[in-house]
Amino acid sequence: MKSKKASAFLGKFLFYCGNTIIGIIFVSPLVWMISASFKPEAKIFANMNSITTFFPVDASLDNYFEVFRRINMANVFKNTLVYIALILVFDLILNSICGYALAKFDFKGRKLMLSFIVALMVLPMEAILLPLYIEMSQLGWVNTLTALVVPFIAKCFSIYMFYNFFHDIPNDLIEAAAIDGSSPIGTFFKIVMPISKTVYATVFILDFVAHWNDFMWPFLVMTGEDKRTIQLAVQSFFSTSPVHYSAIMAALVVSALPMIVMFIFMQKYYVEGIASSGIKG
Amino acid sequence: MATSGNMSMRKRGERIAAYVFTCPAIALLIAFLMVPMVYTVYYSVFQYQVMRPDDIVFIGLENYKKLFADPDFWKALKNTFYFTVLVVPFQLVLALALAMLVSKKFKGVAVFRTMYFSPQLTSMVVIAVLWTVLYNSNPNTGLINSMLVGLGLEPINFLTNTKTAMNAIIFMSAWQGAGYQMMIFLAGLQGIPRDQYEAASVDGANSLQQFVSITLPNLKGTIKYVIMITMIQAMKLFTQPYVMTQGGPQNATKTMVYYIYTQGFQKGNFGYACSVAAVFFVIVVAMSLILQKLTAED
Repeated sequence: MKSKKASAFLGKFLFYCGNTIIGIIFVSPLVWMISASFKPEAKIFANMNSITTFFPVDASLDNYFEVFRRINMANVFKNTLVYIALILVFDLILNSICGYALAKFDFKGRKLMLSFIVALMVLPMEAILLPLYIEMSQLGWVNTLTALVVPFIAKCFSIYMFYNFFHDIPNDLIEAAAIDGSSPIGTFFKIVMPISKTVYATVFILDFVAHWNDFMWPFLVMTGEDKRTIQLAVQSFFSTSPVHYSAIMAALVVSALPMIVMFIFMQKYYVEGIASSGIKG
Repeated sequence: MATSGNMSMRKRGERIAAYVFTCPAIALLIAFLMVPMVYTVYYSVFQYQVMRPDDIVFIGLENYKKLFADPDFWKALKNTFYFTVLVVPFQLVLALALAMLVSKKFKGVAVFRTMYFSPQLTSMVVIAVLWTVLYNSNPNTGLINSMLVGLGLEPINFLTNTKTAMNAIIFMSAWQGAGYQMMIFLAGLQGIPRDQYEAASVDGANSLQQFVSITLPNLKGTIKYVIMITMIQAMKLFTQPYVMTQGGPQNATKTMVYYIYTQGFQKGNFGYACSVAAVFFVIVVAMSLILQKLTAED
């Protein structure tokens, strides 16, 4: 009995050790990045062989001051947040009403639209970048907010997420509202929307993350320096002299902060969104 | 009578509402997804230089002929496949292993989950910049090489050697992406009925046998989905080589999307770049369909 207990304890101990070692390996690059962001340039590359390379020795905020001196961060954040906010407002409204109509209304062309959306989900953006860019330049949208926002409002994946969610809402609820004299559109905004906060939160966080991280499209259509989004600013800071690794690390941390804050507040929906995509797909 | 009148009124109202609700999103999808897709194919049969927009000439399949004779295209195709074929299984196994480690509830499980997921909290640009510094070939400035030297090994020119550059990107990409797929697997693992494991352990099956006979078969759908999304993601590789190696050394990390970018946006060969994009599209769709066929037997 005793030895069984001991071996169970040993198993548990090894399990924790394994998790801890792998966990440390996973976070160590990020820990190094954060600690380097507080160190003077010379200290980052001193004692790289010792564990102190992961600790912020001689910590100061100098690197952060350098980043804010060299990059107009207020402008960069404004560019990024304004474009994402605009996309998300339209994204959440237009894709959800589309998903709702496909899930709950009976109309000609419903099946066709649904298969159209599912088929377009596999279409890689990268295959249409060139004509989309030409379209933008013919419309005179290059280097304007419109080019960042309008082409990316409608998303097959968001429509599909909404469709799946609304599909599971009981029809009784909608019929009861109709009998009470509510119009189909009114029912959606007054009855369905308020009980669907989870799916809105999930689509919100998934799309926020996708756009915050997006590099390629802003890189192609936003060439003006004052138009840069956060990823463009980070990338160009990395390739602009003087290359101060300390300041680069600080810039990386600054660019990751909003994501980390988002994650802390919306972790539940983010993780649910990732997980549910797997179950439905 | 009154009820049926109401019913048909309602049906009509519903139909109008349906078009009001679907039209904006569908119109946007057509304008900014369908139309560009059609134009990719359309431009691919034209000679279309950005510098000479008035001189667009129909040349039939010339772009495709040129493409299949272009060693740079084949190189990009090969690199893209190399990346995909290696990163997909590597990341899949890593993600599944991590999910197994944190699938059960124990003290601190949330901490470990967050640790494995943490690389996802930064963007690919951030990760790529960070690892370019970590991979630095000088052991005095590159963390990984300084560790290798500390262990008595030779330093490796990770990003400047044609043999190692793509592997270095693969390793980094799997590290960054595994946490995402881990979350998908965790959901899949939670869907497996407990009693299957209990029955197996009564029969005396050990953990490995349980993993093979219960966990894997139950995760089939999840594994298929993870392979699909990782594969499509991998085929689009661009940010990592753009930030870390600019496609080098000697085109060793030039991918298809990188090639589309180089031809279309840097050299201004729009028509030619569109033919690359069309081939790229066909390959991605074909791979998804083949994967679906292969795994659909049951």
